[in-house]
Amino acid sequence: MSTLTPPRRSKRARRDALQGWLYASPTAIFVGFVFLLPLLLVLQMSASDWPLLAGNRGWNFPDNYVDATQHRLFWDSIWFTLKYTVVTTILLIGLGLGLALLVQESTRWKSFLRTAFLVPSALGLASASLLFYVLYSPYAGPFADLMQAWGFTFLGTPEGALWSTVFLIVWRYAGFYMLLMLVGLQSIPDEVYEAARIDGASTWQTFRTITVPLLRPTFALTIVLCVTGSLLAFEQFYILTKGGPDNSTMTIVQLIYNVAFQGQNDLGIAAALSVIVLLALVVINVFQLRAFRRTDEN
Amino acid sequence: MTTQPRRRATARSLAAIITAGALIGGLAACAGSGETSTPAESIGPEGVDDGSTLTLWTRAPLEKQANLLVDAYNASHENQVELTVVPNDDYVAKVGAAAGSSGLPDLFAADIVYVPNWVEQGLFQDISAQIDALDYKDAINKGHLSAGTSDGKEHVLPFVLDLSMLFWNKELFEEAGLDPEKAPSTLAEFADAAKAVQALDKEGVYGTATGLNCGGCLVFTWFPSIWASGEEVLSEDGRESLLANDAAKEVYSTWNDLWESGAVLPSSQDEAGPTWTAGFTEGNVGLMYYPATLLSSTPFDAGVAGIPGVDGGASTFVGGDGIGISKDSKKSPQAWNFLNWLMSEDAQVGVLAKNNDVVSRSDFADNEFAAKDPRLVTINEVAGQGDTPVAMNFQQAFNAPGSPWLTLVRNAVLEGTDTVDADNDGITDILGQ
Repeated sequence: MSTLTPPRRSKRARRDALQGWLYASPTAIFVGFVFLLPLLLVLQMSASDWPLLAGNRGWNFPDNYVDATQHRLFWDSIWFTLKYTVVTTILLIGLGLGLALLVQESTRWKSFLRTAFLVPSALGLASASLLFYVLYSPYAGPFADLMQAWGFTFLGTPEGALWSTVFLIVWRYAGFYMLLMLVGLQSIPDEVYEAARIDGASTWQTFRTITVPLLRPTFALTIVLCVTGSLLAFEQFYILTKGGPDNSTMTIVQLIYNVAFQGQNDLGIAAALSVIVLLALVVINVFQLRAFRRTDEN
Repeated sequence: MTTQPRRRATARSLAAIITAGALIGGLAACAGSGETSTPAESIGPEGVDDGSTLTLWTRAPLEKQANLLVDAYNASHENQVELTVVPNDDYVAKVGAAAGSSGLPDLFAADIVYVPNWVEQGLFQDISAQIDALDYKDAINKGHLSAGTSDGKEHVLPFVLDLSMLFWNKELFEEAGLDPEKAPSTLAEFADAAKAVQALDKEGVYGTATGLNCGGCLVFTWFPSIWASGEEVLSEDGRESLLANDAAKEVYSTWNDLWESGAVLPSSQDEAGPTWTAGFTEGNVGLMYYPATLLSSTPFDAGVAGIPGVDGGASTFVGGDGIGISKDSKKSPQAWNFLNWLMSEDAQVGVLAKNNDVVSRSDFADNEFAAKDPRLVTINEVAGQGDTPVAMNFQQAFNAPGSPWLTLVRNAVLEGTDTVDADNDGITDILGQ
């Protein structure tokens, strides 16, 4: 009876494999230090009693996860974050597409408009938030006198705070989403539009039956970016509202920050909240990408 | 044959062990500095002035006083203090991160309401022996000393006292037909004066102002009204909120009435703290509860008095910062030299009183500078009637953004809802944790 032995790898194959490892190792080490190690630390923190001021006091799993979900603002912050995500996603995708359609055609103002719409995207979000903080300020802002005379405040009411922040985000990101949509629009072959024109399709029909379906990959990208970005919203709320008034603009990331550094000072519970957000993001993104892939295949 | 996979697994394990070793080694290298600390009990009464460089952290609201103190110390001592001023909102996070990595400075100041918690967490060294040896110990502000005392051991001294006082704009009072030299002596008189200034109907001018989205501002300015009325705000152990008592409810309903009558600066609604005093400083607010540390920065003639209770009396929140030697300091004798000087006449009178700040020692209350400005005498006198609340979870219950205290105030004042009792239970829930 004879047994089959696997063929011995040639010297060259082994050298190729080693070369591959060498090429990949800088990135692997980088990923390990910058992504995996912090992730492992967060997982350890989330399963440990870890007060900010006293350091690690040992494992306490699953106490932090129970405390995190029982936090008085947990469900409120999730609800607000989802609401904010829906509002900003609809506005940004809609406005981005609208602006892209506006500057797509060759007109005299095309270059000027493209630049004008894109300029806010060049500003850092924290800087833009500070700019709007001053703009909305009842002391230093340009509308200060008007606000005092009318008794109006941009950030003093729950609705005002939400829409003032949404306005900042739309101003800051609409140009960026316009750019993405423009790339998508320009990847649609002109021949398809010409054929539709020869068939006598109206502008609306062309938009509905050609532009929108062929923009599906762009929609997939922009929606994933927009949803992920909005679910992780922090800087704009930290600078403009700090989650107020009355905790009405408390996003889940702002809550994590508050639990860690503002009051509760509990890194363990904050880490548990972070892990919950991470898992939610993974699930949401997987569903989004699957949904778009399925419609693409159809 | 299994030799190759086994060899590969061994190589992988070795690599993992080496990487882990390098990581742990790296972290250990970061943590250790090689110096050893001197036990606090072996420090002499004057400490050591040997030209060491000391690091000191403080938060931004006390920047002016901290700079003056550090400059004066550096000019008169061999030791040199390097001051770091941290934005108020980031201070807790910075101290926490440093405490976790054994990277605290030699000396650091803390908002006095956080001191009990930070002492309990072991962030300050025990300096009982040095404080007990001071022959003027009884004259040092008791609120600050007791906030830093745990199990009978003392850990902090007052750095800068900040008292909440009633300030009024004498010019606006005169225009409104009020006596510019007489302070409102009850809560009702305070409200009447605010409405009288409001009735001037001058563009951009309001009766009063506060920070209705700033838990710390409200604690600082409204608690004294309750104390002056003979009531308490917290139970003795700091685990129960008493902010639903009659005096407290009277404070909320008075402010609700002021808000609805339009006598409160509108931006007070979303004022989270950074500009809560700006309206008064600009001369656009008739009267308000205001920090005494801003006395020298008020550019017009302002009257100063204690914060009145519902039916009279006066009190103040003895706030500001306590300062101690950090658990990570390896220069305790030098750090004590700074603290010892901080309590001396040179610092208290020669620096703080000279610059219109409140002294931390009652035996210096009547100093040459206070005599020149009777308002300073008033502030020093009211300091003796003030209080400093002590609770382990003070920040979470009161000062943090979105705290249950803010919910109580906003419901009662802005919404006018009858939820004080339920909201007060929410504060107790946090304090009791």
